[in-house]
Amino acid sequence: MLGWLRHHKGVVPYLFLLPGGLWLIVFFVLPLLTTASVALQEGSLASGYRLTFNFGIFPEAIGRWDTQLLRSLQYGLIVTVLAMLIGYPMAYTIAFRGGRYKNILLLLVILPFFTSFIIRTISWKFILADQGFILGTLKEIGILDQGFRLLATPIAVISGITYNFLPFVVLPLYVALERIDPRLIEAATDLYASRFQAFLRVTLPLSISGVFAASLLSFIPAVGDYLNAELLGSRNETMIGNVIQRLFLVNRDYPEAAALSLILMAGILVSIFFYSRLLRGQELTI
Amino acid sequence: MPEADVRLDRVTKRFGSFTAVDELSLEVPEGEFFSLLGPSGCGKTTTLRMIGGFEEVTSGTISLGDEDVTDLPPFKRATNTVFQNYALFPHLTVFENIAFGLRRRKTPIGEIRRQVASMLKLVELPGYEERRPNQVSGGQQQRVALARALINNPRVLLLDEPLGALDLKLRKQMQVELKRIQSEIGITFIFVTHDQEEAMTMSDRIAVMRAGRIEQLGAPEELYERPRSEFVAGFLGVSNLLDGDVAERDGELVQIRLANGVIIRAPAAATNGATKVRVGIRPEKLRVVHQGAEAASDTAETNGLDGTVFDASYVGVSTQYLVKTADGHTLTVYAQNLTSGASEALSEGQRVRLTWNPQHTFVIDDEGRVESAAPLEEESTT
Repeated sequence: MLGWLRHHKGVVPYLFLLPGGLWLIVFFVLPLLTTASVALQEGSLASGYRLTFNFGIFPEAIGRWDTQLLRSLQYGLIVTVLAMLIGYPMAYTIAFRGGRYKNILLLLVILPFFTSFIIRTISWKFILADQGFILGTLKEIGILDQGFRLLATPIAVISGITYNFLPFVVLPLYVALERIDPRLIEAATDLYASRFQAFLRVTLPLSISGVFAASLLSFIPAVGDYLNAELLGSRNETMIGNVIQRLFLVNRDYPEAAALSLILMAGILVSIFFYSRLLRGQELTI
Repeated sequence: MPEADVRLDRVTKRFGSFTAVDELSLEVPEGEFFSLLGPSGCGKTTTLRMIGGFEEVTSGTISLGDEDVTDLPPFKRATNTVFQNYALFPHLTVFENIAFGLRRRKTPIGEIRRQVASMLKLVELPGYEERRPNQVSGGQQQRVALARALINNPRVLLLDEPLGALDLKLRKQMQVELKRIQSEIGITFIFVTHDQEEAMTMSDRIAVMRAGRIEQLGAPEELYERPRSEFVAGFLGVSNLLDGDVAERDGELVQIRLANGVIIRAPAAATNGATKVRVGIRPEKLRVVHQGAEAASDTAETNGLDGTVFDASYVGVSTQYLVKTADGHTLTVYAQNLTSGASEALSEGQRVRLTWNPQHTFVIDDEGRVESAAPLEEESTT
């Protein structure tokens, strides 16, 4: 075997890709095909399902759940922008000013991941509660009106998602920023760029690949998230993730749930396509 | 000396408890090619970065012409920098790299095109406008970096080891090139290097730095022929150093009694009135003669020392001999290979006499440290 490989060196990269490739085929491609097939079936749990190529399910599902679909994309967009506004300065500071504390600061960024997603989101519920220690105290001392609430509002849901995906934004941005030679920024200021212009002309374009990665890593899971809306929102903040989850697990309407999943995927792909076109206008090369 | 273009007055830079630059004063006249030379960690780059505005001074002032720029950011100083490893913007083309400064100053595009074209001509890179920095060679990146700085017409060009990343041949070529460009445009260059040969080849004057201070400042020839400290003597080439006491004055010369009793002569001006000294001779100034033949070459005007050859190595243009004196000192001698063949060569174990012109002797004050060269002595006392 080894002797054969020695004479067929070109095969080695494919061998290295084999485990990952198999994994993706079994756990991504096959489920995706199954989902597509389920979406196109008709029937019920009792009477059984048959593949009828019912493409009408897609416009039907969109018509029924358009509010939640649009809301999900809208929340995803807001979350991505917010996370970028919070995460970029964070990553910038760690990369350029972190000095010997870089690793500790990065550890702090991912520290929340040491507890479960659900536990963290439930604690947000306590923090934002109407009579919790923050709102309760502010109401007590009369800064806030007794009727004021955060829980069960879009603010709560969006803040929760932003918080949960912030590390996914900080880490790729940090990697992109850390690679930038600080002398390039010095060179820009030497060439009559103010510090802000130097950021705009040098640092930002050189970190655009990180911005792109960070946006994908926050936008995609944010759009599909259902836990934050479930725990922190009300009926008015229901996202498409909640709908799919309910259709699958409660209503057991598998074809419609599968169709919605595919629609969500398509929506995300289209958004990313336009986003990447938008960024390509900037100087995307490293 | 014409009016100073760059003036540093008792500039100090501390990083925590470490003093990188220590009360350094310096004046560079307009149009001079000035080098800061020293080993790594001597503060030369920090000094350059303070002039460029990339480091804040801890104390002292920096002026360009009449303007005190001590507290100005880099983009408000009339200096431009060629960085070590060039720091070209990787996401911009050669054209945009060079145009960067003009664009920030809102120069009309037609004017930018014209100036970039003439810069590319100056650095001999026409036709490279649309390349990216990673698509041109190291030497070409160097030229782009130079053009990017020069296009802004700086009052002073700062160069931080700009040739360090190039191979030897290219480096020699760029040395000549840099010198040509400097004399063509006539602006002040401040050049940082740890390579003594590079500094000597290009500079009008050199400041040899050590531990944040200027050890000696002067023209290359002066530093080489009359180093005032052992450090400068050693940094600018090989030298033979011997301990001695100043005995008596003998006209323009002074007699120095070496530890082994031999009396040699040195220019009186070189001793500065010191009594315990070290005398130095550069290896190429020494002449080797066979013992016994000395009568022919030894005259009253010549210094002479006896010794035994214990190593000879042929290095092409010259042969390097190591000669041991009776009291155990080793002296290095470079003898030019004027004729081919080994007929001239001396063999190991041969007893020889080394002779040299007293004018070629330099003297280092051995009583404590030599006062570090203070070019602003007059100013610093006021």
